[in-house]
Amino acid sequence: MNKQTNQASVATTVTRRGFVEGAAGLMFAFTLGGLGRVPDALGATQVARINAWVAIGTDNTVTILCPSAEMGQGVMTSLPLILAEELDADWATVKTEFAPANPKVYGNPHELFKGAQITAASVSVPGYFTPLRVAGAQARRVLIESVAAEWKVPVSELSTDKGFVVHAQSGRRISYGDVAKFASVPAELPQITAADLKKPAQFKLIGRKDIGRVDVPLKVNGAAKYGIDVQVPDMVYASVLEAPVEGAKVEVLNLGDVTKIKGVTKVIPLPFGVAVIGDTVEATRAGRNALKVKWDTTGAVAGSTDSDKAKEDYARNGKDPNAKTIVEYEVGDAATALSSAAKVVEATYWSEYCYHAQMEPMNCVAKVSEDGQSAEIWTGTQFGALAANIISGILKTTPDKIKVNQQMLGGGYGRRIWPDAAIQATILSNITKKPVKLILTREDDVAAARPRPMTHHVLKAGLDANGNLVGWHHRLVSENVDAVAAPPRFEATGGKDYIGARGLDQALYGIRNVRAEYVRETRGMRVHAWRGIGSGYNKFAAESFIDEVANAAGKDPLAMRLELTKDQPRAQAVIKAVVEMSDFKRKRPGRGMGIAFSDYHGTLSAGVAEISLDRNTGKIKVHNYWVAVDPGLVIQPDHVHGQLESAVVFGLSAALLEELTVKGGAIQQSNFNDYPVLRMSEVPDIHTKIVTTENPPTGMGEIGVVAVAPAIANALFQLTGKRIRNLPMSLDRVKRLLA
Amino acid sequence: MTAVAFTINGKAVSVEAEPETALLWVVREHLKLTGTKYGCGSGLCGACTVHIDGKAVRSCQTQMSTVGGKKVTTIEGLSPNSSHALQKAWIVEQVPQCGYCQSGQIMQAAELLAKNKKPTRKQIVAHMDGNICRCGTYPRIVRAIERAAREG
Repeated sequence: MNKQTNQASVATTVTRRGFVEGAAGLMFAFTLGGLGRVPDALGATQVARINAWVAIGTDNTVTILCPSAEMGQGVMTSLPLILAEELDADWATVKTEFAPANPKVYGNPHELFKGAQITAASVSVPGYFTPLRVAGAQARRVLIESVAAEWKVPVSELSTDKGFVVHAQSGRRISYGDVAKFASVPAELPQITAADLKKPAQFKLIGRKDIGRVDVPLKVNGAAKYGIDVQVPDMVYASVLEAPVEGAKVEVLNLGDVTKIKGVTKVIPLPFGVAVIGDTVEATRAGRNALKVKWDTTGAVAGSTDSDKAKEDYARNGKDPNAKTIVEYEVGDAATALSSAAKVVEATYWSEYCYHAQMEPMNCVAKVSEDGQSAEIWTGTQFGALAANIISGILKTTPDKIKVNQQMLGGGYGRRIWPDAAIQATILSNITKKPVKLILTREDDVAAARPRPMTHHVLKAGLDANGNLVGWHHRLVSENVDAVAAPPRFEATGGKDYIGARGLDQALYGIRNVRAEYVRETRGMRVHAWRGIGSGYNKFAAESFIDEVANAAGKDPLAMRLELTKDQPRAQAVIKAVVEMSDFKRKRPGRGMGIAFSDYHGTLSAGVAEISLDRNTGKIKVHNYWVAVDPGLVIQPDHVHGQLESAVVFGLSAALLEELTVKGGAIQQSNFNDYPVLRMSEVPDIHTKIVTTENPPTGMGEIGVVAVAPAIANALFQLTGKRIRNLPMSLDRVKRLLA
Repeated sequence: MTAVAFTINGKAVSVEAEPETALLWVVREHLKLTGTKYGCGSGLCGACTVHIDGKAVRSCQTQMSTVGGKKVTTIEGLSPNSSHALQKAWIVEQVPQCGYCQSGQIMQAAELLAKNKKPTRKQIVAHMDGNICRCGTYPRIVRAIERAAREG
């Protein structure tokens, strides 16, 4: 059978109404138009495709489609597991395939994405949880009803058991695969209500520690296929010397010896860079290295951007009472609270541009049809539907004419949302009229970075006569990430920055008067989502500042957090859990201990860092890091621990090491020599704990990043009495602080 | 362009390539053994690690002119059916996340265990420190190497 073809043809007939409604409540009216006609094909294909998500083969194979990209966050297992749970499938017979890029069917109904098929923001499990459960329950019901008709017994006498429909009275059992031989899918699929879904106590797959991720075995023997591994017949290779600045133009192109390199067939200057086309990857890379290009950056917005000089403007705009501000979060009246406070505490914070440094450099294989009206691409992407949209615009065709073949992602962290490599490969294929495999060099991947923005923060807190925190003001000065990465949302919200402003709110701290605002800088940098998005730097500032405020009020920082969260039991639970597991109050000679708390898209977490310091070099050594998290219902516990370990390492790397600098709009770093990321020798003992609750599942991909930097900064303060207010906490910054 | 004859995963091959071509690209694009990954092209990250005559090397820094007559082993040739102790331990400990660096990590670790059956944690870290894992699976890599050393 040809599953891919089936999927695509079925998918186009399904509407998304059911999913959107299903997410809102638990009354599920699936509007799966056309699916009723699928049974016609059953005999021929030996597969019962019951709804858009699942097919049951006569060999008992249950194929479940994964709508999200697999980039190590485990969705390729966790999402199918959710469906399999309600289907009561035998997990050993379940196979996962990537769903096609078709948001009408496979879009994420989560309120953040409203049906867009994008893998980001740690909301795959939260967004798809209910639709997948419903799809599984629906498929199970169809199987039961088919057996009831076949055996002429009432539906109420049938049950299921791990891949079998069972008639207890007569002792008869039939495997799902055998049911698929005669099953008929009704024109109108059965309605599923909340009462039809399992209670957590009935789960057989969700929450199991012994179920491994399905992609792991493929990732220990080289079998997993990433975008960079794809080869198609008759393809040529491309390397692109990326323009150093968005909007730069080639002023002088000196080909030098490029055309003499054996295997180089073409050099093509384009708005995004200079492409070298050739018969082998090594020829195109040698050609790219031999190019001598002078760029004209006069027309580029970022052409005059210099990260050091820009800080003067950022600092001025941080202070300017007349600066144009956009309010991102407000309760009460912060201005009045601050002006009438007994004491006002103020501090400013900074963070630098950061690079994703995903291990697989950006790449894509693209094949544009001869008439230029359709294309096929092979790549690992967080947003295949966006790639299809943009490419269809370039080719002046429609998105359905663009087939996106999803591959594994060698790291995403936000970098693989924007499909720049797919766009470039498509343009090159359209010019050369051949399939093109584009692989960026690491140096070009850095030059084409879509960094986390540089940020400046001005914080003010008001204390009353008793040292109570009564007013909070947080001004973020930064480029607007939404304006670059999500322009429709930027327009729709009147210029807010969902990505960049995450974590500016203080929704879980009971502060009566809060104003969080941002002042927009326009520097032309291609700022994008980066693991943890705005929470990464906003919580560094806010959670460091909470310690400063506690200090000014003569209070213990932990006690202040517990006081501020007294009406938030889930928040208190993770704080208390991390305090207990780290034995936080115990003093360690020569060590500093720091705590921080954060939420992220509904998940709650607290972290504690234990550090020491080499005062000669300025090197902070993190010895231990403890983190407790409440992500609601846990689908795969072992993998939640894995995500926490991963995010902590990522957070440590950002806290201590990572920094891009910009001159004339161009990023000054080029590879791991001048953009170091955390290595094994710098990893502390990481202790993770899940605080179990029965709340709906929330995401786990990013939460662990957020508390790391402020916990370290707070530990440094405890150890030295000095407050570091810059990320990264690099050697020279720490030395300057101590001087 | 010259023909370079060598052995890869036990098979004799001869590949036409410029002498300065990196072994990495020959392995990946000419021989289609794509388990070995390109990460940095500068010997900084270890994603391209393979064995030459049993020694772990960065294939992005290994020119074809030096490979003639040598025995090259890639992740695909480390064992049949993922049966190497490290591969088994990697699965038990659920090490990989995005997985892109893991072929290099395993090949690097395999060299260590071949010469040191019971490495200390300090020896493991020293041996593995040149291999970057951006997903931060380092704690599990250490646990998997210790498990493989224990269980053989």
